[in-house]
Amino acid sequence: MNHKLINDWLIEEGKEKDVILSSRIRLARNLKKYTFPNRSSGVEKNQLINDLKLKLDFLIADGFNFYLMNDLDKVQRSVLHEEHLISREHAENPADKALFLNNDKHLSIMVNEEDHLRIQILKSGFEFNNIWTLINKLDDQLDQKLEYAFSKKWGYLTSCPTNVGTALRASVMCHLPALVLSGRIDNILGAVGKFGLTVRGIAGEGSGSEAELFQISNQITLGLSEEEIIDKLESVIQQIIAEERRSREFLLRNNYIKLKDNVLRSLGILKYAYQLEESEALKYLSRIKFGQDTNLIKERVDQDLFAKLLFEIKDAHLEYKFKNIIDQEKLKIKRAEVIRNILNEE
Amino acid sequence: MLCEKCGANKASVHLTRIINGKKEEIHLCENCARNNNHLNIDDNNLSFQSLLSGILNHDFSNEEFSVYDNNDSHKLVCPNCGLSYNEFTEKGFFGCEKCFSVFEHKLDALFKKVHGNIRHNGKLSISFQQNLEVKSEITDLKKAMQAAVEKENFEKAAEIRDQIHAINEDMEAEKDES
Repeated sequence: MNHKLINDWLIEEGKEKDVILSSRIRLARNLKKYTFPNRSSGVEKNQLINDLKLKLDFLIADGFNFYLMNDLDKVQRSVLHEEHLISREHAENPADKALFLNNDKHLSIMVNEEDHLRIQILKSGFEFNNIWTLINKLDDQLDQKLEYAFSKKWGYLTSCPTNVGTALRASVMCHLPALVLSGRIDNILGAVGKFGLTVRGIAGEGSGSEAELFQISNQITLGLSEEEIIDKLESVIQQIIAEERRSREFLLRNNYIKLKDNVLRSLGILKYAYQLEESEALKYLSRIKFGQDTNLIKERVDQDLFAKLLFEIKDAHLEYKFKNIIDQEKLKIKRAEVIRNILNEE
Repeated sequence: MLCEKCGANKASVHLTRIINGKKEEIHLCENCARNNNHLNIDDNNLSFQSLLSGILNHDFSNEEFSVYDNNDSHKLVCPNCGLSYNEFTEKGFFGCEKCFSVFEHKLDALFKKVHGNIRHNGKLSISFQQNLEVKSEITDLKKAMQAAVEKENFEKAAEIRDQIHAINEDMEAEKDES
């Protein structure tokens, strides 16, 4: 697989990176003449894949790689999923599915997921204007080669009624440690729902918020233009960024010693631990990022530590890097080793 | 606040139940909430699907958007992919683009519930627009041909007829290509 192990899209420069790790837009598209994937046979799905390979050959010239999901092994597929480049469904049920992937532009097109095409672009930091310009242009290029399922009344026709219309989902991954620590997170996230946005905890087991990471995205796709959807999300996110920063200042003013102790202990654990669970590692990495963003850590620690390790300490990334270790104990030891190595380089 | 059930963990799930007008609040930790039968937070997908299915099965017949009564829903079947309206309400997925025309009269009410809106307001598909332009061009030409016939200018009418044929053939050729 022609794929870089250490993903760079999260490490690149970006706006508001103390709170917003990444921004993403995805478009769902279907072709007029094929049955939707939830109702089509393997034969028809493969016809679509072959059809796309012929018509979208310009993508290969543009730096895309094409993969049949079944040609990738389980670890490779999980690596792509861990990097948010494909969905869990695409990684776990690879039959009759395909992928166009552009590593440099962090752009992927899943074929035969819930819809025929799921086009998405990821960018580091808070950055929607560029993403929208790019994905809109790519969408037009595809549209000229393919005949999309589209109606004047309901826009882009999708498998699930919740995507009909623009079929656009815009989301950000944000780091909200101070809102979590101060207990204000429930109020804020509850309020977000009233603006037609959804929130979920990510990057971890269970509640998924060990790393204080949340994904916020638009829920409504019909009745608003693409620009309106993005504007609305952006303005709510601006408020959340401001609230998070306010909470950070407040916490620093009132709990400076306790916070500093907590952050430095986290650094100490990661510098010396011999084995680490993923959720545990994420929890301490999150604290260190918080410490870096609030200047609680004076010693030199890699500024991109969190972004570099967020994917790298996940199971499939470790298995890929250390050649298919399946033993959970060894995985925990390797995870601690990867983190120690980066921290002790400084 | 501590969990009301185990008293050990921090309560992170706050549930308000209203039974017979009496309000009751329950505060649980995540573990106890998971074991609570009233909540089903583990199976996100299932609850989403059942929620959607609930919306789809909702009787819209009394509402302003429902033009047709609900009794005909069992007869609605998409001739292209074979999906029936009943099956659609159970699974929550359309089977192909034709389903949208077959279930047309039911969909505004559904979209109103899901999105709060019923009309697309975003970008237009390029291929869709081009098809529309070709169609309106043909309509214009047909009108011109009719006018020529009425003026007994048969030579002109034949010319226009050939133009329409040429456009149709172009369209067929493009379809075969795609």
